[in-house]
Amino acid sequence: MIQVGLNHFLVLSAVLFSLGIFGIVTRKNAVMVLMGIELILNAANINFIAFAKYGNFGYQGQLIALFVIVLAAAEAAIALAIVLNIYKTFSTVNVDEIDTLKE
Amino acid sequence: MQDSLLIKLAVVILFLPLIGFIVTVFFGKSVKKVYVFENLVLIASFILASILLYGKLNYYIDTDLFSEFEWINLGEVPLLGLISIKLGLMLDNVAAIMIWTVMLISLVVHIFSIDYMKGDIRYNHYFAYLGLFTFSMSGIVLTHNILMMYIFWELVGLSSYLLIGFWFEKKSASDAAKKAFIVNRIGDIGMFIGILLLFITYQTFSFDSIFIQLADGKLPFNSEFWLTATGLLIFCGAIGKSAQFPLHVWLPDAMEGPTPVSALIHAATMVAAGVYLVVRVFGMLTGDALLIIAVFGALSALIPATIALTQNDIKKVLAYSTVSQLGYMIMALGVGAYTFAFFHLITHAFFKACLFLGSGSVIHNMHHEQDITRMGGLRKKMPLTYAAFLISSLAISGVPLTSGFLSKDGILAGTYAFASLTGHWLFPLVGFFVAMLTAFYMFRLIILTFHGEPYDKEKYEHAHESKFAMAMPLVVLSILSIFFWYTPNPIDPGEGWVLSKWIKTPEIFTPVETRYDFMKPDENAAVDHSSAVVYSSSYTEAMHNAHYPAMFLSLIVAGLGILLAFLFYQWKRIDPDKLANKFKPLYNLSYNKWYFDEIYDATFVAGTLMLSKFLGWFDLKVIDGIVDGSAAVTKGFSKFSGMFDNIVVDGLVNFIAILSGFVGLIFRKMQTGKVQTYIVMVIFGLVILLFLFKSF
Repeated sequence: MIQVGLNHFLVLSAVLFSLGIFGIVTRKNAVMVLMGIELILNAANINFIAFAKYGNFGYQGQLIALFVIVLAAAEAAIALAIVLNIYKTFSTVNVDEIDTLKE
Repeated sequence: MQDSLLIKLAVVILFLPLIGFIVTVFFGKSVKKVYVFENLVLIASFILASILLYGKLNYYIDTDLFSEFEWINLGEVPLLGLISIKLGLMLDNVAAIMIWTVMLISLVVHIFSIDYMKGDIRYNHYFAYLGLFTFSMSGIVLTHNILMMYIFWELVGLSSYLLIGFWFEKKSASDAAKKAFIVNRIGDIGMFIGILLLFITYQTFSFDSIFIQLADGKLPFNSEFWLTATGLLIFCGAIGKSAQFPLHVWLPDAMEGPTPVSALIHAATMVAAGVYLVVRVFGMLTGDALLIIAVFGALSALIPATIALTQNDIKKVLAYSTVSQLGYMIMALGVGAYTFAFFHLITHAFFKACLFLGSGSVIHNMHHEQDITRMGGLRKKMPLTYAAFLISSLAISGVPLTSGFLSKDGILAGTYAFASLTGHWLFPLVGFFVAMLTAFYMFRLIILTFHGEPYDKEKYEHAHESKFAMAMPLVVLSILSIFFWYTPNPIDPGEGWVLSKWIKTPEIFTPVETRYDFMKPDENAAVDHSSAVVYSSSYTEAMHNAHYPAMFLSLIVAGLGILLAFLFYQWKRIDPDKLANKFKPLYNLSYNKWYFDEIYDATFVAGTLMLSKFLGWFDLKVIDGIVDGSAAVTKGFSKFSGMFDNIVVDGLVNFIAILSGFVGLIFRKMQTGKVQTYIVMVIFGLVILLFLFKSF
């Protein structure tokens, strides 16, 4: 029976993080990109929880994880609003086409 | 009579001819009769000069009159001290006699010219130039300083240029004028250097103060050698102006001018200036300088005399005889026979003017024929001219009862005495030989011109005696060539008033040890370095002893010369052509004037031309080459610099611009504007940074 330790959590969070990055980078839909961001936030949350459990930080990790979940909710709300505005402006949510920044 | 009055008179005499010149030259074209004014001016000058001479000789015979004013005051000059240049007049007996002679000759030449030049297109200008000539010569005669003398010296050069080249339409005349001017200039360079040396040494130009300082023992560069050199340099001026060997070549060419001008040049206004200059500076000439001067004089007496033997142009013969006679005077000055030199200057002025005006009369009446071999028999047609010519020829040949005998005999005696004192027997030898030559060529001239059969019958028939204006000067001058004006005793000039009273043996101011022995004061006499007449008694004695031998010898040689001339040309006992053929080289040498012109042409003229050509070439090729070269170098350099700018500097700038552009081009690609790309880059960057810093 394999003992589940810190490393397992860290690897899980790293995989999640990578998936999130991958989602951000490869998805063309802005909503999917936002979902990638959620993945990254959650990967960070796992890290916090894991370090809180295996380290001697008390409950600080859990607390920050809670904050991050709240923050993620707020962020999702604002981001979706931005996406809506983008759609209004460019009639698309394809991030490839929204490249006016370069001009 | 006041002395200031005499000086004022001298000033008036000096400036009258100038006024005549100015008026005549400015109204020459508009007023036809303006030449009359010039003649009146000359008459006035002559009368005033006569009064001047009278006053000087009667009231101030032993005092020299001065008048000077400050011309330029330079104040304190570094190295030289106080410099103030003064101009002024000096009136001693020599100047008074000379100015009278100049005025008389000039006057008769003026009068003679009225007829002679009639019909010339520049009639009035001719008289104007004569006036200028007279003015210039008066300046030389009357001045008391050598600077003013130099100024007038050059004025004489200018007027001679104008008059010799008066008929400048003729190439030969304008050439002769240029030649006279240039040859004179050569002598003047020496004179100018001499004057500067004098000025540097004595801080003054005036003869008088130079002499005083010299007597105090002040020498140029403190050396007797330089005193000799200064004297000789000043003598250079006389060589040029008095047409002495080797600068005598201009005088025969100067015959291109109108004949009365020749008379003026030869008698009074130009060639006399050189002798007069030596007379003026006689007191500062050392024995060495005098000896060299005597050598030049002897050469100038001898060479032209031999040339005159074979010339056929009536004026050329006279010209060479002038050079020869001037050589006599210079030689006389060189051997210390100062008084006789000046005496000869005066007597020569009269008879040479007479000869020239006589030849002018002949030429005028023979319709400008100058070749004596084409004349002949004119005695009957022109008795007055003949008589005048004969008297002056006798005078120049040194026949008794003439003025020429007195002065020439004096010179010969002077050389004789000099030789007996110093042993230089060549001088009297040359003197007597030239006396014979002179007699010979003068009578050759007379016989060919006036005796025998006419060569050209037609011209002969048309010939006639000159009118009053041309005859009168001849009469006056020939009368002045007779002895009684100068001395009551026709064989001894020493008894005459000219030599015993008027012209004094000069004072000599050179240091005693540099003089000729006979010019040193007698040992038993009180030695006074700064004082007066210092010919020793030995000289007086030698002169006395020389008098009779010299007189007889000169009589013999003159008689011989005349006799030979008659044998050759009158009685035709000896055929001159045969003799010429026999001594062909000698004859050619004489006929071609010793090839002086050819030698000068080949050496100096050709040399100058070559030098000019070389310099022209040098200018054109080297100097221009250098300029062009530097321009080309500059141009090349600019081109290079431009290229450097264009290629290297601009290239560098452009390269940097291109490089930045290129870099920009690359990095622009990264700025896609896509957030996703940026994120990828951020991640890559993070990963790289992680790897980089992992060891820390």
